[in-house]
Amino acid sequence: MIYRETGTFITSYLEDRKLFPIPFDKWAMAVFMLFMVFVVPFIASDYWLAAHLIPILAYGTAALGLNLLTGMTGQLSLGTAGFMCFGAFFTFNIMLRSPEWMNLPLAMILAGSVTGVIGIIFGLPSIRIKGFYLLVSTLAAQYFALWFFRSYPYFLNYATATVTLPDHHFDLFGIGETFNVDMASFEAKYLLSLGIVTALALFAKNLMRSATGRNFMAVRDMDIAASVIGIPVIRTKMLAFFVSCFYCGVGGALFCYAYLQVLGIRTFEMNRSFEILFMAIIGGLGSIAGSFYGTVLVYEFPILFSWAGDYIFGGAFDTAVVDNVAKIMYGILIIALLIREPGGLAALWATAKQKLRTWPFPH
Amino acid sequence: MGFDWVFFTELIVGGLMSGVMYSLVAVGFVLIYKSSGIFNFAQGTMLLFAALTFVKLTEGSVNFWVALAVSTGTMVVFGILVERFMMRPLANQSLLSLFMATVGLAILIEGLAQYMWDSAIHGLQLADFLDLALLDPVNMTIFVVDYIEWLDILISKFDIFATIVAGSMILILAVFFQKTRTGMSLRAVSDDHLAAMAVGIPLSRVWALVWAVTGIIALIAGLLWAERVSVSFTLVEAVLKALPVILIGGLTSIPGAIVGGLIIGVGEKLGEIYLGDLIGVQGIETWFSYFIALIFLLFRPSGLFGLKTIERV
Repeated sequence: MIYRETGTFITSYLEDRKLFPIPFDKWAMAVFMLFMVFVVPFIASDYWLAAHLIPILAYGTAALGLNLLTGMTGQLSLGTAGFMCFGAFFTFNIMLRSPEWMNLPLAMILAGSVTGVIGIIFGLPSIRIKGFYLLVSTLAAQYFALWFFRSYPYFLNYATATVTLPDHHFDLFGIGETFNVDMASFEAKYLLSLGIVTALALFAKNLMRSATGRNFMAVRDMDIAASVIGIPVIRTKMLAFFVSCFYCGVGGALFCYAYLQVLGIRTFEMNRSFEILFMAIIGGLGSIAGSFYGTVLVYEFPILFSWAGDYIFGGAFDTAVVDNVAKIMYGILIIALLIREPGGLAALWATAKQKLRTWPFPH
Repeated sequence: MGFDWVFFTELIVGGLMSGVMYSLVAVGFVLIYKSSGIFNFAQGTMLLFAALTFVKLTEGSVNFWVALAVSTGTMVVFGILVERFMMRPLANQSLLSLFMATVGLAILIEGLAQYMWDSAIHGLQLADFLDLALLDPVNMTIFVVDYIEWLDILISKFDIFATIVAGSMILILAVFFQKTRTGMSLRAVSDDHLAAMAVGIPLSRVWALVWAVTGIIALIAGLLWAERVSVSFTLVEAVLKALPVILIGGLTSIPGAIVGGLIIGVGEKLGEIYLGDLIGVQGIETWFSYFIALIFLLFRPSGLFGLKTIERV
C-alpha cells in the first residue's frame, strides 16, 4: 500500500493515453527529475558527477539505442561501440570544422543523424538476413568503424592516439562568457547530458507508444506476420536502424565529451559493445526505463564489488583477484537473472510494483 | 607487370591453412547450435580456459600426455556442469535468452580462468611438446625444421599438422553424427526437442554430452591456435573472427564450417594483399571477412549449407 490507484478513474481516451496514468507515478517522476536537476549538481561532488552520474547517462543513451533495435525491433546487434565511435568522431569533427555558431547539442544531433544513415547502410542486409546471421553485419560495422578512423587520421585531426577535447566546445550560445560560469565544469556537463538523455528517453517512450513503435514490435514478434497485415517491414527495419544508431551516436558523443573528455579509437573496442549489450539485457529488452536500470547495475557492479572487497578484506587480496572474482560473480548474476527473470530488471521492478500496490492484502 | 604466381599460390595455401584453423573453432559453434539451437558465445573463452589449463599444467612440468588427459577431463566436467546449472533451468526459453546466458557464461569462464591460473600472456610451443611427446627417444624430430619447401612454396609444418588434426577430428565427428546411436539421438534433439523427448531420448544427457564434446574441441582448437597467437585474451578475439566462417557455412552444417573456413581464410589473405593495394590502405583484414560473409549471406541468407528456415505465420 505504498501507493495505490484507487480513486483514479479514466473517463476519456485522452486520459487513457497519458504517459503516467497513475498520479503517484507522475509526481514521483516529477520529484525525481527536479531532484536530479536542481539538487544533485549542488550536493554531488566532482567525483560522483564525473565517475558515476555522467558515465551512467552516456552509457544509458547507448543502451537505450541498442534496446530500441534489439529489444523493440528484434534485430540483434554487436556493433554498438562502432556506432558510438562514428557519433563521437563526427561530433568532434563538426565542432572542429564549422563556424562559431555551432554548438555541442546541435553537433550531436547532426553527428547522430550521420551515424543513423551509416546505421541504415549496415542495416540493409537485415532485409534478407535474419536472426543470428545478422550479427555479421553489425560486427562488420564495429570493425569497420575502428579501421576507418585508424586509417584516416584526418578525423582525429592528425593526433597520434587521442585528442583532448577543448573546453570551448562546451560553450553554448556564449552563456559561459555572459554569465561568467564555467561551461566545461562537471556540473555543466552533467546538466547537458541529463538534458539530452531526458529528451531522448522521452522521445523513445513516445515513439514506442505510436504507430511506428507498434510496427517495430510487430516486426520483432514475427516479421512475416507483420508484412501480411500490411506493415512495411523494410521501412520499419531501416527506421529502427536509423533511430537506434542515432541514439548510439549521441551516446558515443556524450561518452567522449562529457565523461572521458578525450577522444580516441581505443575507447570503442569490441568489449564496449558487449558491455552495452549486457546493460540492455540485464535491464530488460524492450523496456526504456530498463535500459537505465541495467546501465546502473552493470556500471556500478564492478566498482561496488571491488570497493566491498577492499572494505571487507582490507586489501588482503590484490586487485587482480578481486577483479576476476567480480567477473565470476557478474557472469553468475547474468545467468541467474536470465533463469529467474528473463525480462530483466524492468520485469523485476514491475513485479515489485505490483506487490507494492496490493501490499498488505495481496488477495 | 608480371603476375607473381609463386607468391599467389603461397597466399592461397596460407589462406587455406588459416581457414582450417577457423573451421576448427567454427565446428565447436556448429555442434552446439545443431543440438540445442544455442549460439554459444562462450566458445572463445572455453578455448582460452582449455588452453590455459593445459599450459599451466605443462608449466608445472607435468608430462604432455598427462596434461592433455587432465585438461580433457576438466573440459568434460565443465560440460556436465554447464548442462546441469545453465542449460537445464533455461530449457524452453527464448533463443535470445539462451544466447545471452552463454555470453554470461563467457564472462564467468574468463574470470574463472584468470582466477584459477593468471592473466599473463603465455607462449605455448606446442611443436616442441609434440616433438618431445612423439619422437624424442630416437632424436628424430618432425618439427625442428619449421618449413618444408614444395614447388618453391614454403609451407609451415605445423600448419600441415594442424590441418591433419582438424581434418581427422571433423571426419570423426561426421562419422559419429551419421553412424552411431548417440549421434542419431543428437540429430533427433536438434530437429525437435519435444519430439526427441517423446521417443525417449534423455535430453539432459545428450546436452551434457554435446557440451563435453564441445569442450574437447575447444581444447584442441585452443592448443592449435595458441601456437599461433599465444595463450591470452587474443584467443577470445580469434573466435570472433570465426563468426563469419560459421555464418557463411550455415549454422547447422559441419561441412559448411569447413568450406566457410577455407573461403574466409583465402578471401582474407587475398583481400588484404590485392584489395588493400588497390585502395591504398592497409589493415582491411579486420573487417574484410565480415564483408565476404555479408556478400555470401545476401545470396544465401542461411549460409551455403545451412538448413533453410521455412517461415510460417
